[in-house]
Amino acid sequence: MTASLLALRAIVIRDVLRFVHQRSRFVAALVRPLIWLVVFAAGFRGAFGPLTPPPHVTPISYEMYILPGLCGMILLFNGMQSALSLVYDREMGSMRILLTSPLPRWWLLVCRLLSSTAISLLQVYAFLLVAMAFGIHIPLAGYVSALPAVFLAGLMLGAFGLAMSSSIHQLENFAGVMNFVIFPTFFLSSALYPLVQMGGSSALLLALCELNPFTHAVELIRFAFAGHVNWSALAWILATGAVFMGITFRQYTPVRGLR
Amino acid sequence: MTGLSVRNLSYAYGAKRALNDISFNVEQGAFCALIGPNGAGKSTLFALLTRLMTSRTGTIEIAGHDLGSHPEKALGKIGIVFQQPSLDLDLTVWRNLSYFAGLHGLSGQAAEASIRSALDRLDMAERTHERVRNLNGGHRRRLEIARALVHSPTVLLLDEPSVGLDAAARRAITEHAHDLCKTHGMTVLWATHLTDEISAEDQVVILHKGQVLRNCPCQELTRDKPLQEAFLDLTDHCT
Repeated sequence: MTASLLALRAIVIRDVLRFVHQRSRFVAALVRPLIWLVVFAAGFRGAFGPLTPPPHVTPISYEMYILPGLCGMILLFNGMQSALSLVYDREMGSMRILLTSPLPRWWLLVCRLLSSTAISLLQVYAFLLVAMAFGIHIPLAGYVSALPAVFLAGLMLGAFGLAMSSSIHQLENFAGVMNFVIFPTFFLSSALYPLVQMGGSSALLLALCELNPFTHAVELIRFAFAGHVNWSALAWILATGAVFMGITFRQYTPVRGLR
Repeated sequence: MTGLSVRNLSYAYGAKRALNDISFNVEQGAFCALIGPNGAGKSTLFALLTRLMTSRTGTIEIAGHDLGSHPEKALGKIGIVFQQPSLDLDLTVWRNLSYFAGLHGLSGQAAEASIRSALDRLDMAERTHERVRNLNGGHRRRLEIARALVHSPTVLLLDEPSVGLDAAARRAITEHAHDLCKTHGMTVLWATHLTDEISAEDQVVILHKGQVLRNCPCQELTRDKPLQEAFLDLTDHCT
């Protein structure tokens, strides 16, 4: 195995171990979307009526509608959580150990991104398993076809978190930023309601939802659950993910310094 | 052969100059004490030596590798102990070291052997499976030194490694670092402001206000007065 892959393995093992040790984080990651799925969906089922979002051709239940959005929610929260742990590592000093290892810095940041995405995948599939226990499930093939979509959406949202972490220099500032970022990102998307509903009330809000990369992450997963590829969402995710990583590389360059 | 070479290095934070055209060499197998009062530029120098930051002026060579043009090769040759603790408190001693070994391209039996050897060297073998959170300050510091040795570096950089340690632990790690020079031919740069950590035969670089005030053997400074006094005289004189 090359030095680069050994470093990737070391970083993934470390992050997974840290995640396993933080049981409350894992429980929270499962409980948060479950509350939406069981409680919120029960209340809103009647408000929306039967929905037929693309690529579906027959109406689906509201629970089935929000399932991709809740997977996206897990990815979004975990992306932010990973960014938070990066800020924590920077404050606690362990970031120095990572950045002084004899590998290109861009690769070290990609390793962090891949390891956080691996944890996201773990959480999403654990959630889908629990949702299945509640009787909310997709065709078996959908679980397989969703894997690359969840992975790519996780990469994009992880890159978003990394880009944010690089411009936040204190742990205390991060909590506030998370609130101002997570909630608008989540609510200005197609995760909980079809965008046509949003368009009915405000053209500006609709435009914001359509620009929001999170909307495209949700739609990519929704299509993948049904065994389809949403090419425009895929292109949007790849493009925004690349931009976020570009910002991260620029922010973490040694020229800018990390003391 | 030169273990560490710094040439015409400068660095500024905006308008504030932290390092001003500093140069010094540390021969292979030598122990060099970098001393200077707070704000002298020691931490900036360490950040540049470890490539946490880069400067457009000056060059740094580590074991013959230019840090600017071949950063991976140069970084592979150095072991670093930062002033600020940098261990994962929730992982065991072993996990901390195997993570580090992985970052330096070691795996399997080679990594295991290196980790065991580093732990033995620092008398930490019996702590292998303890969580770092349960270790006291002295043991954590020893673990950080053990970690810095896992990939068999030729240059060891320690930024005030004795901060927060009791007298016995301080003495033990100081002696150990001197021993690494003698027995393993390792080049050591040891930043401190505690002059009792420096031996008569050590090289001393005095940094003050971002400039090298003196670069000479310790004996040269202590001919007619103790090192502490000589250091204070020099830095007071330049204030």
